[in-house]
Amino acid sequence: MIATFKNTVTLDSLMPYFGAVLLIITGSFFFPQIMSADYLLQQLQIAAVLGLLATGATIVILLGHIDLSVPWVLTGAAILSTALVGSGNPALGAIAIPAALAFGALIGVINGVGVAILRIPSMVWTLAVNSMLLGLAVLNTGGFNPKGESSELMIGLASGKLLGVPISFLVWMAVAFALAVFLTRTPFGRYLRSIGFNEKATFLSGVSTPSVIFFAFAIAGMCSALGGVMLAGYANQAYQSMGDPFLLPTIAAVVVGGTSILGGRGTLFGTIGGALFITLLTSILSVMQMSDAWRNIIFGLVILSMLLFQTLRKGASR
Amino acid sequence: MLDYMRSNRREVIAGIVLIVLLSTYLGTHPRGASTYVVTIWANQAMILGLAAAAQFFAVVVRGIDLSVGAVMALTNTLASHLLDVSAIGIGFGILAVIGAGLLCGLLNGLLVVYGRIQPIVVTLATASVFVGLALLLRPTPGGAVNYDLADAMTLDVLGMPSALIITLVLVFGFWFPFRRTGLGLGLYALGSSEQAAYQSGINVTFVRLAAFALAGLFGGLAGLFYSFVTTTGDAGIAANFTLNSIAAVVLGGVLLRGGVGSLVGALAGAFILKTIASLMFFSGIPSLAQPLFEGLILAAAIAIGGADVLRVRNKLEVFGR
Repeated sequence: MIATFKNTVTLDSLMPYFGAVLLIITGSFFFPQIMSADYLLQQLQIAAVLGLLATGATIVILLGHIDLSVPWVLTGAAILSTALVGSGNPALGAIAIPAALAFGALIGVINGVGVAILRIPSMVWTLAVNSMLLGLAVLNTGGFNPKGESSELMIGLASGKLLGVPISFLVWMAVAFALAVFLTRTPFGRYLRSIGFNEKATFLSGVSTPSVIFFAFAIAGMCSALGGVMLAGYANQAYQSMGDPFLLPTIAAVVVGGTSILGGRGTLFGTIGGALFITLLTSILSVMQMSDAWRNIIFGLVILSMLLFQTLRKGASR
Repeated sequence: MLDYMRSNRREVIAGIVLIVLLSTYLGTHPRGASTYVVTIWANQAMILGLAAAAQFFAVVVRGIDLSVGAVMALTNTLASHLLDVSAIGIGFGILAVIGAGLLCGLLNGLLVVYGRIQPIVVTLATASVFVGLALLLRPTPGGAVNYDLADAMTLDVLGMPSALIITLVLVFGFWFPFRRTGLGLGLYALGSSEQAAYQSGINVTFVRLAAFALAGLFGGLAGLFYSFVTTTGDAGIAANFTLNSIAAVVLGGVLLRGGVGSLVGALAGAFILKTIASLMFFSGIPSLAQPLFEGLILAAAIAIGGADVLRVRNKLEVFGR
């Protein structure tokens, strides 16, 4: 148990948590309301969507790949689920969330086929898949905001509270915990990391590497889809390009959480911290009423300095 | 000639695809292959072409530059401030704009080399900073660029679009000589195998810095040319160009794992991508279905590029790719 703890809670993965605490303390000097439970609980709720996306992205990045189809898988899932609910048929409305998840898994498998069978670099293939999904969405909705609405369940998922804690946060934690167990306690998790280190060696030791890759991308697709359902529940509708602002923060959250972009090394625990840190950073910058320009600059500089700190620390310990 | 084609198979294929697409486009265009049509096509393609050239320099040393679009946004907004003056001022303005691009690239390179952070992550973060700076310069689209200069760069000379002349100068005046210099060879050596490059005495630090600086320089040129085409400054152009520049280099036969491909290929890829988009416009496909077809063609083109996988004799070979 202690060994697992040591493997999970590395210094790299603790960094964003320190960062988040530092942000809250510094922020509360200027704006005391940041210290309040209301504000912090609200941040947990907002962080859930980014957190779910980053959880999926971590799985793919551990594999040594990247998933750039996140924005339109998210949007597609949101359009699909709100359209099913909006159709007025209770039977269709009931399968809205499972259908969205199935959609995410399907796109994930398509991503996996391109990467594992056709051997196209994931960065390009998932980009192409993303633009095909964009095309499908435009064709389907006519370029306008899609009609439809969110079900009670979706709204509850996004903005409901259980004993004062946002349900969206609890869902995120449940998904992250289940996947963390999956990654550390099953052969799949070991195969995933070993593919990230060396795919050839993993294949030669008898692992069916393509199926691991399919599965990883499918999980990532489902995480993106769940994020889309949640965002649709939050806004009570789906809208064009709703996923676009999430792509880069998602990668940033994973990397700030200490996961190596080259694959093989990293933890979901770090990613959770990363998502919290990025959400807090964005939120505090907007509380301070920074202009868009300064928000971008500070965002970039903070991420850079956290990454530089990671390499400096490693350089010092060597 | 045959030898050249054999050793540059990827560029040749991209070139053939481009010629087929372009002739289809000019054939179906209601106004035919007039100078006007070709000039507009060349201008649009040239912007992405320069962005793809920027991406090429990062990719060939096994890196990637997610800040290409952001550098373009920054230099574009800078140009919209500096290039609306008299002749002498414009000379300095152009130098300042290109210099800004170079500095952005150099900053990326320094962070990659001395900060020892992966290029994809470095450029992701610096892109945010560059876009922020661009927004400081132009919170809303606006500004202007000297019209005489813009016309000179984006119209035609004796029926030959200026953009195509610039492309030819770039290829024959810059790329072919540059490819034979020590630095040009060093880029490929570093991209193919860093260890081998280091052991054969190549200054890998310098080569990598130079590659990212060149990426920034070409990003600056792309931003400058974008300013000539649109004659305004707009900080919101980043995301689109970054992703398209990656797609363009891959279409042009540049391998993301480094060491393979050429600037000519990257340019061809960019021109292919823009031609597909223009082709859609006049193809008679319902306008709502066009984005889908664009995506399908992009995916198909990339998948065909991956068809090499069918030719491998040993299953293990695919892992080296």
